[in-house]
Amino acid sequence: MNRGPVRALIAVLVSLFLTLILLRATGAPPYESLAVIFDGAFGNPGRIADTLMAWAPLVLAAAGLVVTFAAGLWNIGVEGQVTAGAIAASWVARELPGPAYVLIPAMLLAGIAGGALWGLLAGWLKVKGNVNEIFGGLGLGFVALSFATFLVIGPWKREGVASTSGTDPFRPEAWLPTVGDTRLAPVAVLLAIAGIAAVAYSIRGTRFGLRLRAVGSNPASARLLGVPPQATLVRAFMVGGGMAGLAGAVIASGIQHKLVPAIAGGRGYLAILVVLLASFRAAWVAPVAVFFAAISTGAAQLQLQLDLDSSLGGVIQGILVLVFLLTGGLLTRWQSRKAAASG
Amino acid sequence: MSLLLQEISKRFGALQANDRIDLELKPGSLHAVLGENGAGKSTLMKILSGFIAPDSGTISVDGVGVRTGSPSASLQAGIGMLHQEPLVCLPFTVAENFRLGSDLGRTEARARLGELCERTGFDLDPDEVTRTLSIGRRQQLEILRLLDRGVKVLILDEPTSGISAAQRDALFSALRGLAADGLIMLFVSHKLEEINSLCTSVTVMRRGQVVGRGGLPAPEDELVRMMFGEMTATLPQRSGMVGKANVASLRGVDAGVGRGSITGADMDVREGEVVGIAGLEGSGQDSLLRVLTGLVPARHGRVEIGGADLTRSSNRRFSEAGVSFLPAGRLEEGLLPGLDLTEHMVLAGSVKGQIIDWHKASEHAGAVIRHFRIKGRPESPVESLSGGNQQRVLLSMLPDRLRLLLMEHPTRGLDLESAAYVWELLLARRKEGTGIVFASSDFDELLAYADRIIVCYDGRIVADLDREDTDAEQIGGLIGGRGAA
Amino acid sequence: MGRTLATLVAAATPLIYAAVGEAITERSGIVNLSLDGSILLSAMSGFAIAYTTGSVAAGFVGAAVVAALVALLVAWSGISLKLNQIAVGFVLTLLCASLSSYLGTDFVRVPGPSVQPLPIPVLSEIPVIGQAFFGQNLSVYGALILTVVAAWFLARARRGLELRAVGERPEAAHARGIPVSRYRYLAAAVGGALVGVAGAAFSLDQKLGWSDGHTTGYGWIALAIVIFGGWQPLRVAFGCFLFGALQIVALRLQPVFPGLAQVLPTLPFPLMIISLVIVNAPGLRRLAAANPKWGRLLLPDPPAALGRNFTPE
Repeated sequence: MNRGPVRALIAVLVSLFLTLILLRATGAPPYESLAVIFDGAFGNPGRIADTLMAWAPLVLAAAGLVVTFAAGLWNIGVEGQVTAGAIAASWVARELPGPAYVLIPAMLLAGIAGGALWGLLAGWLKVKGNVNEIFGGLGLGFVALSFATFLVIGPWKREGVASTSGTDPFRPEAWLPTVGDTRLAPVAVLLAIAGIAAVAYSIRGTRFGLRLRAVGSNPASARLLGVPPQATLVRAFMVGGGMAGLAGAVIASGIQHKLVPAIAGGRGYLAILVVLLASFRAAWVAPVAVFFAAISTGAAQLQLQLDLDSSLGGVIQGILVLVFLLTGGLLTRWQSRKAAASG
Repeated sequence: MSLLLQEISKRFGALQANDRIDLELKPGSLHAVLGENGAGKSTLMKILSGFIAPDSGTISVDGVGVRTGSPSASLQAGIGMLHQEPLVCLPFTVAENFRLGSDLGRTEARARLGELCERTGFDLDPDEVTRTLSIGRRQQLEILRLLDRGVKVLILDEPTSGISAAQRDALFSALRGLAADGLIMLFVSHKLEEINSLCTSVTVMRRGQVVGRGGLPAPEDELVRMMFGEMTATLPQRSGMVGKANVASLRGVDAGVGRGSITGADMDVREGEVVGIAGLEGSGQDSLLRVLTGLVPARHGRVEIGGADLTRSSNRRFSEAGVSFLPAGRLEEGLLPGLDLTEHMVLAGSVKGQIIDWHKASEHAGAVIRHFRIKGRPESPVESLSGGNQQRVLLSMLPDRLRLLLMEHPTRGLDLESAAYVWELLLARRKEGTGIVFASSDFDELLAYADRIIVCYDGRIVADLDREDTDAEQIGGLIGGRGAA
Repeated sequence: MGRTLATLVAAATPLIYAAVGEAITERSGIVNLSLDGSILLSAMSGFAIAYTTGSVAAGFVGAAVVAALVALLVAWSGISLKLNQIAVGFVLTLLCASLSSYLGTDFVRVPGPSVQPLPIPVLSEIPVIGQAFFGQNLSVYGALILTVVAAWFLARARRGLELRAVGERPEAAHARGIPVSRYRYLAAAVGGALVGVAGAAFSLDQKLGWSDGHTTGYGWIALAIVIFGGWQPLRVAFGCFLFGALQIVALRLQPVFPGLAQVLPTLPFPLMIISLVIVNAPGLRRLAAANPKWGRLLLPDPPAALGRNFTPE
């Protein structure tokens, strides 16, 4: 009955096979390429630090998505919620005086608030305006992106020149402290672990999570059991958006140290792939995200060492998730055919 | 031009929906297919029209075998079906729906539509948008379309629910005209008065089998007896628990739209009273129950719960006032597929607080499972339970103190032991003064447990009977549309 | 004036191909969400093929085939595997975008062939509109013709009616003997091929050549315009022109208000949200129901079965 492991194994083998074919067909050394990616992700402490710093915001955004998926929502607007969080955190970094221990918590909280506000908008559009969350969220995502661009080249432009390369760097108090000479900011990693643990726990262990799952399962029944579907959906959007916003704050304060136009950089979208591959389960998000972060980070070495484009990482990620989805569909079809034939 | 069905059988899981059904009809037949909900008549009609493939059996038109399981093959063989909810595209115009699926050009289609309107006496504007048509007119459109495709056998699935009296008259006169032209008409209904006035012969189905055939008109009580089987109800002792005060009352309430709506409803439920609602499917019971829960708003009139006016209130206010509702679709409207029993009971309030103590919740669920004799474990997903056990779960989740409990088919699909146990639980609630209202199509159940029986027919309450003064014959007549006694 | 109009029409061309193609696909009930990726992949493939073979036509054909295959994958996973079309489409968006970057590295910023201008004699001399509609090239004419043909097909043709029925109420189509799945596959293939043509229209005409992320964002904009245009080709094309106008305004304003110019191109998204809110507003819905003929024109419904996989009983 339990075909989860079978499915995962098939998906990994098939996508590995497809990737090797692709590499061979494009004239790249197949095994060496994969080795370079692995080495690029884990080869020395600096690279491990980079992988972890890619992992943290990815896990936070995916944690937010686990919340909205539990309520049955396709929150494709997560990219915008990450951006909104980054904008809010940048605003605090620019405006708030004071030492790091005041500034950094304020930035993180602002990030949560910004993401939650953006989530609230999508939820409000869905509940009050009957706007499908996919298109509402997508639209809001681009609005956030253009707002960031506007800030970077408009009101927050660098002294003298307006450039899309970003604002002036934040003052050092707004930077997440790092370890040694690596780029690893332990706060980011701890926040990600805390975030995904909190989500995993709330989905299973709290009334809030139970109510989300009730609405995701069947809104009509949920209503009869005293769970108001609309208010619950909006709450899911706010919490999910808040987690994504926190990811945005971590990117601004721990990675970029300034606001750049595309500050989310597709991490929200990538988080959707992570959650799809984790089959919407919080417990699997962290390990799946390690894999994704490793490929994203390691792929950067392809360019330097093999003169291959780093987008190969995205190709591998995409193939794996696609094959995983299709394998699930094929196994279901195969099983129902078998059931029909024997029944 | 004749229709022959031989040995048609179909099984859905454990349910034998059709059991070796034979049927032979001659040209010009106006034949009624009669049976209560779940008797298997819809399945048979869907097999005939190609929507469902039978497990075994054959269909032939004019001696030529029809390939089963394909709507287009059935249509080509001359079998067409008018669905209860006509299968038309709502944003299309009448003319577009008419020619959809045919080779007709646009001008050709309009001409054909005009001719057919003349022939049948229907009046349809080809440019009207289908969404704005009433159900009755959408049916007319579908009938004309099927006639244009040259059907020889026309299946009508409960065509008179949700249409006006004038439209019904127009429909009947058109059908008589078509029968005179030699078409075979299969009329699925449970409105006895109608089939007696329209049809010339009848097949009665019960639990997937043909239980009677004959000519029409026939005495209605005889038809009801065939539909429901022999009445065996013996009246238990009256409980004498009915109090004085009203827990709920309706005054002149209109609610719901289209099929299944209710108009001008007046009713009272007293403390500790059990009120049964009788009526054929879609006679207004659905709206009556839902207006008492606040799920469907009353357009007119007044709804009172425990003396307070809740006419415009939300479902939430009704539940705060002590009203609970157990709908017929247990998995669709009452339970949460994917969640287990413990989780259901936590939502219903078994343990308090934001952080759930699963150990305690699971223990509590275990106790409830034992108390309600549910066959399942705390960690069983609710969809894995049988119907009877799902109903017990729903009952177990009711609040302790209730003013009014509303139920739809409380024992449908349950085995006898489960049904008796469900009623034991329900009747025990009356000690606290809870009023119970339930809709049922089972006369035995109505007569055995209700203090009072309200009969719905065609969206109105047509009778309010004391159980002592009525019997199955009278109720059978009333639900079939024979005026109030 | 005439020249601005001509620029506008030309600029809208690729979007028209993509949005009208997607409108056709969605009318059948299939959502091909992969547009942003498939336009990139087909823009890259179209350019690469044209560059290698020297034939612009081959580039267009190749691009169409690539995007049609992607669309068929979405259709297959919905129709045969009963998977969520949104999920598969979304994964394909990202996968195709990455593939375009990875496979296109050799073609970045190399000069290549392009569609040659082909003004129509006499007609292109008409003042104001002549240049815009008759002084262009085959790619632009194709988009204009496509719009008209698609509008006619969906509104008037028998097959178009059947296609709409499949996306509106597959049960009703099935009952009439219309092959639901076959229509859906066809609509996905045709719509997908047009998305591919859109990609080629970028890389071989409007935004010559190839670079990483060459057309990023246009796919989402096309998806938004399909909704804004109410799934009707003429209105969808109008939406594309409107977007073209926004781009031109943004370009002109660049020196004056640099911030504003960056923001304008995202205007279709708030517009899409607003039009979705309006389309779903209960008051307007009632008004449209009271005047169905006008209502149908002003407040078009999404295909009722959009994204819903159909299983005959």
